[in-house]
Amino acid sequence: MELGGVIEYGLFFLSFVGIYALLSLGLNLQWGLTGQFNIGIAGFFAVGAYTSAILTTAPSPHHLGGFGMPLVVGLIFAMVLAGLVAVLVGLLTVRLRTDYLAIATIGIAEIIRLMLKNEEWLTNGVRGIPGIPRPFAETLGAGTLGQSDAVFLLVVVALILIVYLALEAARRSPWGRVLRAIRENEDGVRAAGKHIERFRLEAFVVGSMIMGLGGALFAHFVGFISPEAFTPEFATFLVWVMLIAGGSGNNKGAVLGALIIWLVWTGTEFLTSMAPPEYVTQAGALRLLMIGILVQVILLVRPDGLLPEETAERK
Amino acid sequence: MSIEVRDITKTFGGLTALRDCSLTVEPETITGLIGPNGAGKTTLFNIVAGAFKPDSGQILFEGADITGLGTHRLFRRGIVRTFQVPNEFSRMTVRENLMLVPSGQTGESLAAAWFSRRAVRRQEEEIAAKVEDVLAFLNLDRVGSELAGGLSGGQKKLLELGRTMMTDAKMVLLDEPGAGVNRSLLVHLIEAIERLKEERGYTFCIIEHDMDLVERLCYPVIAMVRGEILASGAMEEIRSNRTVVEAYFGNAKAGGR
Repeated sequence: MELGGVIEYGLFFLSFVGIYALLSLGLNLQWGLTGQFNIGIAGFFAVGAYTSAILTTAPSPHHLGGFGMPLVVGLIFAMVLAGLVAVLVGLLTVRLRTDYLAIATIGIAEIIRLMLKNEEWLTNGVRGIPGIPRPFAETLGAGTLGQSDAVFLLVVVALILIVYLALEAARRSPWGRVLRAIRENEDGVRAAGKHIERFRLEAFVVGSMIMGLGGALFAHFVGFISPEAFTPEFATFLVWVMLIAGGSGNNKGAVLGALIIWLVWTGTEFLTSMAPPEYVTQAGALRLLMIGILVQVILLVRPDGLLPEETAERK
Repeated sequence: MSIEVRDITKTFGGLTALRDCSLTVEPETITGLIGPNGAGKTTLFNIVAGAFKPDSGQILFEGADITGLGTHRLFRRGIVRTFQVPNEFSRMTVRENLMLVPSGQTGESLAAAWFSRRAVRRQEEEIAAKVEDVLAFLNLDRVGSELAGGLSGGQKKLLELGRTMMTDAKMVLLDEPGAGVNRSLLVHLIEAIERLKEERGYTFCIIEHDMDLVERLCYPVIAMVRGEILASGAMEEIRSNRTVVEAYFGNAKAGGR
């Protein structure tokens, strides 16, 4: 393979890592800090992706809009809408803990996916939404090899940096301290007179907004979305693996986990593509199995992940 | 700071946990609450601290009716409680456990955490100074930076007391502070409670099974049996009260403990 191809693949690979890093960072706020068992990541991811897609694509008879708005508007509203959905879900489930929240969120994510599939006026159903623009596509001009990929990656990296810094500031603040305390012992926080439901709702909503942002970037990156892209395997399960592997409670770990697990995931794709043709259908399931085994190994060898939570207070 | 409990009754299904209980916790006392298991002591605590609502009766705090107010509203009025099982935040340092407690922290708003960082930092410094004072008072300064989950049972009880010291509350309900605490730490704990009363005007109401501790620490002592209050007074008086002895100490002997 010549150099150009390698670079292009590298940009493609890292962009996906970046999108997953955002999902993983959002989950880290919910699970890593607050202990909220959200396994409906796919739902917020999808809301973000569809919102930005509908707002920024050219008008189309097949789905609502498009409204041809600038990308920034798409990203902002992706976050806002994912946040609104999270407020609704959060108000319904704010008293639910652990397993119960898990069941509720996975259900809600499936409802969202089925709506995207069936509400054709809104989303064009299973045929999906094509032609979602890339950032700065017009200014750069089409056809310049790799250039729009590079710009996209820069945008993703810049957004990750902003989100990371905001989350770190939040984690080290008294607000983050209350979240971690809720994770450790709810009764203890309640005994200190804190309004637990408020904190839990805030963490859930902010985390979901970040997932919505990830969804929007995904839509602009791949250019075409359909409900198939938002199945629990890819949009929820992998994110959990990333956070657990990277280090739950650690924002750097969340990003590192996204990098490593995406590397393994694409690596297994490469492996299974070498399988004989008659096994190709099984190979997809085998990839998931391999990831599952990897989680088991990580949990046994490094239960706190590659970068465990920093627990000591720093001055 | 006084609490007056008037004719509180509480039933759970068919079980009457408390029947017409009345008692008073006088200002700047260490009032002991004793009684065999199932006497209703913790239920009474839960009602006073706002975790349960009574079926009937009234709770007055400094003369004002506080019956049925929730935990965090009582907390704001100045009543705090601890639990039989310490509620520490295991994977946080002892300092962080204490830093968390004060209410009205600016930095507990996410917007302030992001945009008013200087104000938040200033407040954090004030709270940190208070934390150091509490740690020194309880002799916990050496373990300040350790994770609370790694403390011994007795140190956790001290930390629990420390958390109440981080509030402005001067009315403290302690549920079995002596349980699982070794002798040397117990001396320390007793001393801390007494000093808080003497030097800082705290009022305590304490549930305790360790009679030595009750005798050394508490006056008056209130004895409960099967949801009713049988007697109150100094520990010697309680010991010589025949109904209490039969219901409580007699039982304990018959139980072979």
